[in-house]
Amino acid sequence: MEFCTNFPMFSIIACLMCGVVCSVLKKNPARYLTYTLLTVLLILSSGVLAYTLKIDGCFIYRMGHFGAPFGNELRAGVLEGVLAVFFSVIMFLSVLAGEKHIFEDVEDSKINLYYTLICLMMSSLLALTYTNDIFTAYVFVEINTITAAGLVAVMGNGRAYFSSVKYMIMSLLGSGLLLIGITLLYDVTGHLLLSDIKNAVNTIVIKEYTEPFTIIIALITIGLSIKSALFPFHSWLPDAHTASTISSSAILSSLVLKAYIVLLIKIFYRAIGREVVLETGVNDIIFVFGIMAMIFGSVFAIAQKDVKRMTAYSSVAQIGYIFMGLGIGNEAGIVAAVFHIFAHGATKSMIFTSLGGIKEVSGHSTKLEAIKGAGFRNKVAGVSFAVGAFSMVGIPFFPGFVSKINFADAAAEAGSTKMIVILVALAISTVLNCLYFFRALIALYTPVSNAAGELKEEVDNTRPTLKYIMAMAFFIAFNIFAGTFSDMIIKLINKGLTMFS
Amino acid sequence: MSKIRSDYEKTLWRKIVRFVNGEKDFFDEQSGFDVESEELESRKHNNFFEETEWKKKKVQITELIEERSEETDRRAIKLYEKFYRLFAVITCVAIIAILLATVTNLPDYGDASNPANNEVSKKYIEDGIKDTGAVNIVAGMILDYRAFDTLGESHVLFIAAVCVMILLKIDPDSEKGKRFINLENDRAYEPKNDPILAWATRILVPLIITFGIYIIVNGHLSPGGGFSGGAIIGAGLILYLNAFGFKKTERFFTQKTFSVVSVSALLFYSVSKTYAFFTGANGLHSFISKGTPGDILSSGLILPLNICVGAVVACTMYSFYGMFRKGGL
Repeated sequence: MEFCTNFPMFSIIACLMCGVVCSVLKKNPARYLTYTLLTVLLILSSGVLAYTLKIDGCFIYRMGHFGAPFGNELRAGVLEGVLAVFFSVIMFLSVLAGEKHIFEDVEDSKINLYYTLICLMMSSLLALTYTNDIFTAYVFVEINTITAAGLVAVMGNGRAYFSSVKYMIMSLLGSGLLLIGITLLYDVTGHLLLSDIKNAVNTIVIKEYTEPFTIIIALITIGLSIKSALFPFHSWLPDAHTASTISSSAILSSLVLKAYIVLLIKIFYRAIGREVVLETGVNDIIFVFGIMAMIFGSVFAIAQKDVKRMTAYSSVAQIGYIFMGLGIGNEAGIVAAVFHIFAHGATKSMIFTSLGGIKEVSGHSTKLEAIKGAGFRNKVAGVSFAVGAFSMVGIPFFPGFVSKINFADAAAEAGSTKMIVILVALAISTVLNCLYFFRALIALYTPVSNAAGELKEEVDNTRPTLKYIMAMAFFIAFNIFAGTFSDMIIKLINKGLTMFS
Repeated sequence: MSKIRSDYEKTLWRKIVRFVNGEKDFFDEQSGFDVESEELESRKHNNFFEETEWKKKKVQITELIEERSEETDRRAIKLYEKFYRLFAVITCVAIIAILLATVTNLPDYGDASNPANNEVSKKYIEDGIKDTGAVNIVAGMILDYRAFDTLGESHVLFIAAVCVMILLKIDPDSEKGKRFINLENDRAYEPKNDPILAWATRILVPLIITFGIYIIVNGHLSPGGGFSGGAIIGAGLILYLNAFGFKKTERFFTQKTFSVVSVSALLFYSVSKTYAFFTGANGLHSFISKGTPGDILSSGLILPLNICVGAVVACTMYSFYGMFRKGGL
């Protein structure tokens, strides 16, 4: 069992190595290597989770012969274990469900490079989860930025290039602010290791460098919220998600945005300390922008005619929920936010991949008019879109409902002003969610008498593959599991957060 | 009478009834001229070399919009553009002011009592040679103390090369690639056969590459290392390519060379570092010896890792140039 402590290091390096190997393989070996890698990662991450549950605490893994603060260090607790398992599962299902589309959308000689991007993306997700060193986090943020832009650009048409350039510019702006924040933080603390930074913050920084410290927190927060598309900085997101192939959209929305939020929580908790953040009032600003994102994201989503673009705007609203939870400032708010990371990740990737199935039976379009009756033409995709819509709207037994309840609970513990604002925003946002998701759902299940005949050939040619059906079935099962056994997950999150700081 | 009837057809209740009966649906009214979807379709089927037609179309559409738009609309757009520029300038000035104010509050530059001058940098300076066997402390830091960061950093380079390949690589077997290769451009006049360039290259390139190799191999003894040496070798290769053209360089550097060299270098890096991390974390004895500090064959893994990083950097530099020049190596 002691051997499990090596697993985080093994899984990160296995991703890097597989990514490198995929770049010289043909497309099919690359695909199967990626599937093998993701399965192995799932096993390793489960091992880490089981080990941390057994020792009931976290462990620190020294990278190399020199311990902290001289060398690098990984740190894994229950929360990290759960996150790693979640990332591996969602990545595997997204790639599996979108496999056919990857082979259609991406140029033949570049499919292996797509799998290279997937492997390296996975390495950066895991490294951001496990690392205990702020500079290692920055290095893997760089990998994440470049691979995410590559995942959009790989489509190879004008729209994809445009969106990926836009994404790259916004994302690099975020990276730049984050880097300035990190260098200033190093200047006033003299450490790069998260726990040492916290010691230094508590002893010297608060007394001597109060003003720079506020700026540092602001820079890091703004940098990471640009990268995770918080409301005023969200303009790259709809373009990038609409222009890319469905696996990329699912990965970008469910994993990439979430990894940055995990990093932000980590910095808040471990490097700066929650009390200090509360004192500076940064959480109130996050709170305000989160509430705005919840409302405006949904309003923009209603204005869309393209369902894929609508879903992308819905992601903006859901990211707003998570930031709102972080902004509440109490323990329950952060638990709710972390649960929503899982809930939204599981649901949104399912919605995006189901749109892939809907798209192919609707004349390669996801416009509202085009998808009429698509729920009858591709039953698997229709059902999974319905499940996703129910979850996002907040129907019981689905994860979206549980996170809404959690946010409301957290609001009850907050101050009265915040409570009222949260409850009102939750109500408005739920109604708006209903409006656009049910509109799409009604379109999906509108009976179409003659169009089915026209599209018959297409429908026959695009019977969902076994892999697609399996992936969607797992997605639905995963969502219902997360919705019904949410107590267990919340218990794990609570346990993880207590050992987090 | 008829007016009432047609109104009745449009009511929400009637719509729901017809929707339930499967006659009609909510979205029938939504149709008409949709620029966005047409553009998307045309882009999917055409590639970017053949976009003149659709550019013409776009010009037509913009003219149409300008014709139809009212004077007030145009004024609003102009106002918006002005406001946008003004706002951008104000934001930039504000950020600059805030950052300058922050810098004045930071610890004084070069002060011995700064927080950054703590036990960490002290240990790097005092024990660096003993711990890592490298006379060059920077090499010891990036390739031994903090090797994980550098492992990530070399993969950043690799992924950048992969993304450039995704954007620019031309597959000669595909439809698009064939059209591109037949496209007339200035590559037909390569190599330039410029005698001055050719002679300068003949003299300089051996020196440049030797110097690059020296910097890489001496990375653990003197300033330099894989990143800087690799960049120098890459520059030398690009100079050679400019003088003599792709035909000559393809004798020793093709796509295959690039893959073999960079993949084996990165794999060696990963494998050797996994071994080092594993032995280090579990307190096992590592068979890699540090050697005598100052010798060329010393400092354990740092020398081979420098060579790997150098190979990756040189290949990446050269492949960037090749990709931009002709979409392949």
